[in-house]
Amino acid sequence: MRLGLGIALLGLLALGALGAPLAEAWLGHDPFTPDLFNRFTEASPEHPLGTDELGRDLLLRLLHGARVSLAVGVATALAALLLGTAIGLLAAWRGGALDALLMRLADGMLALPALPVLVVLAAADTGRIGLPRGEPAADILRIVAILTLFGWVGVARLARAAAISVLARDYVRAARALGASEARVLLRHVLPNIGAPLGVATALAVAGAILAESTLSFLGLGIAPPAASWGNMLSNAQELVFSAPMAAVWPGLAILLAVAGCTLLADGLRR
Amino acid sequence: MIRLVATRLVQIAATLAILSFVMFLLIGLMPGDPIDVAIAGDPRLSAEDAARLRALHGLDQPLLSRYLAWAGALLEGRFGHSRLFAQPVAQVLWPALLSTLVLVGAAILLSGGLGIGLGLLAAARPRLKPLVDAVAILGQSAPSFWMGILLIILFAVTLGWLPAGGTPEGGPVEALRFLVLPVTTLALANIAAYARHSAAATALALGEPWVTAARARGNGEARLLLHHAFPNAAVPVLQIAAMDAGTLVGGALVTETLFARPGMGKLIYDAVMGNDTNLALVALLLVALMTMLATLGADLAQRALDPRLRDG
Repeated sequence: MRLGLGIALLGLLALGALGAPLAEAWLGHDPFTPDLFNRFTEASPEHPLGTDELGRDLLLRLLHGARVSLAVGVATALAALLLGTAIGLLAAWRGGALDALLMRLADGMLALPALPVLVVLAAADTGRIGLPRGEPAADILRIVAILTLFGWVGVARLARAAAISVLARDYVRAARALGASEARVLLRHVLPNIGAPLGVATALAVAGAILAESTLSFLGLGIAPPAASWGNMLSNAQELVFSAPMAAVWPGLAILLAVAGCTLLADGLRR
Repeated sequence: MIRLVATRLVQIAATLAILSFVMFLLIGLMPGDPIDVAIAGDPRLSAEDAARLRALHGLDQPLLSRYLAWAGALLEGRFGHSRLFAQPVAQVLWPALLSTLVLVGAAILLSGGLGIGLGLLAAARPRLKPLVDAVAILGQSAPSFWMGILLIILFAVTLGWLPAGGTPEGGPVEALRFLVLPVTTLALANIAAYARHSAAATALALGEPWVTAARARGNGEARLLLHHAFPNAAVPVLQIAAMDAGTLVGGALVTETLFARPGMGKLIYDAVMGNDTNLALVALLLVALMTMLATLGADLAQRALDPRLRDG
């Protein structure tokens, strides 16, 4: 049930993200151009959810925000999956001092208050190391990179624990006795058998990345306007709550549904 | 026990050393150094003046020696100066720390009390469990800044009962009024986690043979729940508290910024936004230290409660 509900929620949001250009053509507005004569309008056939503080269509910005927020979530989770699996497998396989070092590093990362560190990291000027700043694609890349720095830890711990138990199995010993190389043992025998915990960890990583991106964008350190993200649509909440309370409700609801979808998916996979 | 504390303290010191070094290097990537700001403020400064000022402040030194000088001063208790507030960092830091401790402490009490209460309810009445689960998933999925915005819309804008943010002026009652919404916002996210875990742990304990034995001796259900099952469920709940210390501090940053409430979180945010790198770094390290000490404290409390953990 949980698995189905999670997939349905995420599917719906993905459909919205993919359908954003269609909806744009249908309604005939540009969600990035201000229209100062139509600020904070009520919901109408022309603007199904009304307009924001610059007169841009809320529904269209919500759909475009889905593209950015979901892309950041999925990209971060995939990067964390790659990095975390590699580190977890390495720690489980080598054991000893390297294992201890990597796991102490993971413990240290987990002990840190993530958000304050992310805030300081997000303000670092990537322009100085040659990355462009201010364009949406560059913003997304920067946020994904920063979030991956923290995201790998959860995956690595799960991957290591699962890999240690698989490495002790008889079929691994059998494969080694038959002369399989260590790379073959790890890729052919261990990796496929730790897929389930990795799936759970990835779903949770997507949820965490979406929440973190929205928080950073809300604080004005994530995806910069005029590009839309669910978080930056709420960044001038102080004005929204007085002028157009509903405009402050929708983006948060979208974040809630996306994160709940990932959590349900992870819960469902775990059973 | 002493061995454990010693190991953990070494670990904390190592984490802080690495964090401060990495952050110091990265801050070098932040836009503009203080001299750039001075040049922007006074166009008469020539390139030679800028170079002389950089040399005067040691900004022409290599990063590593600058880090060592800075970290050494920090260890001696010299926290330096805040550019943003034009005050010594120490003077800015302590009031903010106090304010955050009040906020976080109140939020822990509220979320712990409500969450554990809900969890016990779910354990005692299994029919309510799906409801508690659903509320828990929603509570954990909602971004806390959005919950805060909703609370502001409801209680400050629509009903007008409470202030939407800012600093209290006046007596303790006024201070409490300013505390209600931020504390609720910060607590909401954790109520869900506490409810979920205390429900699961208490339900598990209720199934143990000693509870059946106590029931056979004629103890009432309320006594079974509070006296026999819950104390055994307290250990996993404390573990959640230990793991959530970092989340709480992060939540405090968002809450303080949203409600324009002075505190460590807002201080870090303002320092980052205002290019006050020294203040941002010192505040970040202090927050990290407090978080790790809180986690250690919760771990020790867990050991004190559960003899099995002490021996292992």
